[in-house]
Amino acid sequence: MQRGDSLNSPFVPFSPNPSIQQGTPTSTPPLKHTLSSSTSSNLRYSSSRKSIYDRHLNRSQRSELSKASFAFLFGEMVQYAQKRVNGIADLEKKLNLHGYSIGQRLLELLLWREGRSAKRETRILGILQFITTTVYRSIFNKPADGLEKSRDNEDEYMLIDNDPMVNSYISVPKEMSQLNCAAFVAGIIEAVLDGCLFPGRVTAHSVPTEQLPAKTVFLIKFDESVIERESVLG
Amino acid sequence: MSFYFAIVGTKDNPIYEAEFGTSKQGGDGVARFREEQRSMNQFIVHSSLDIVEEVQWATPTMYMKCVDKFNNLQVSCFLTAGNIKFLLLHDQKADDAIRQFFTDVYDLYTKTLMNPFYEVDMRITSGVFDGKVKQAAKKYL
Repeated sequence: MQRGDSLNSPFVPFSPNPSIQQGTPTSTPPLKHTLSSSTSSNLRYSSSRKSIYDRHLNRSQRSELSKASFAFLFGEMVQYAQKRVNGIADLEKKLNLHGYSIGQRLLELLLWREGRSAKRETRILGILQFITTTVYRSIFNKPADGLEKSRDNEDEYMLIDNDPMVNSYISVPKEMSQLNCAAFVAGIIEAVLDGCLFPGRVTAHSVPTEQLPAKTVFLIKFDESVIERESVLG
Repeated sequence: MSFYFAIVGTKDNPIYEAEFGTSKQGGDGVARFREEQRSMNQFIVHSSLDIVEEVQWATPTMYMKCVDKFNNLQVSCFLTAGNIKFLLLHDQKADDAIRQFFTDVYDLYTKTLMNPFYEVDMRITSGVFDGKVKQAAKKYL
C-alpha cells in the first residue's frame, strides 16, 4: 500500500487551472501528507531544479532526431489511434488532431527564432510559402515538392510531397486504401494556417504515380472569410 | 509612471494580467493607479482590441507600437504569430523599451506553450512566469 502511494503521487499533473483544463484526471488521489516534503517534489521543476523558463529555446534548434525512433513513435501513435476509432475518416481525424497541437507550438517557435526580422503573414500566398519552405524545412529538413492552385476552385490549394517522411515505414492494407497517415502532417499545416487566421480544412490524399508511388497531395480548402479578406486586401 | 499589462488569447479571452510601475528614475516598480482607474484600465485595453484587428492586416510586423490612445493613456500592442495579443497600457512614449519588454515576454510565452500540459488560450497561472514578467518589466520599463 505504501509502495502504491509513493507510485501514485508523482502522477499528479501540474495543472495551472483545473477549471479550464478539459482532461484533468479526477480520480488521482491527493498527495498524502504522510509523505515527507522532499518526496512530494514540485513537478514544475525538473531534477536539475530548473523550470521550463530557465532553458533556452534554441537548445535543440540544430539537433536532428533519429528516423528510427520517430518511426517507432509514429507507428505506435497510429496503432494507438486505430484502437480508439471506427472507420478511416475517424482515424485520419485523430492523426490530424495529433499534428494540430504540434503545429500550434511550432508556429510560435519558428517565428520566435526569426527574432527581430520575424513578420506575421497576412496574405494567402505568403503563408503558403512559409509552410512549404520554413515549416517544412524545420520538420523534414527539405522544402515541400510543390505548391499548386486548384484550377476549378478559387479557395483550394495543393501542397505536394513526393515522399512524405512519416509514411516511409507504413504500408497501408488494401482494405484501408483510403487511408493516408500523412493526415498527421496535414494537421500540422492546418494548425499553422489556423494560428495565422487562415482557417480552413487540410486533408492528405495519396496520388501514386509510376515514378512516385508515395506521392501525397495536401488539399488545403480555405474558409470563405479568408477568400473575402484576400480580395479586400487586393 | 504605471503600467497595466494583459495577454489576450485568440478568442479575446484574457490569459494573464499584471500591473507594475516604472523602475527607472528611482521608481520602486509599484503601480500607482487610483482605485477607480484600475477597472478603467481593463476597459481601455479591451476596447483597443478592435483597432488591433484592423491594424494587424495592414502591417505585417509583430510589434505594432502604440495602437490606441485614451486621454493621456496609450496602448501598445505586440501580436504573436499564433494571434495572441500582448497589450501594455502606459502613459509615456517609450517604444524601444516596450519592444524589448515584449520580446522578453514573447520568449516566456513561447516557453509556456512548449509545455504539453498547456494549451492555446489557457490561463497562465505559473508563478515562475509571473516572476519573470515582473523581472523583465523591472529591467526595461
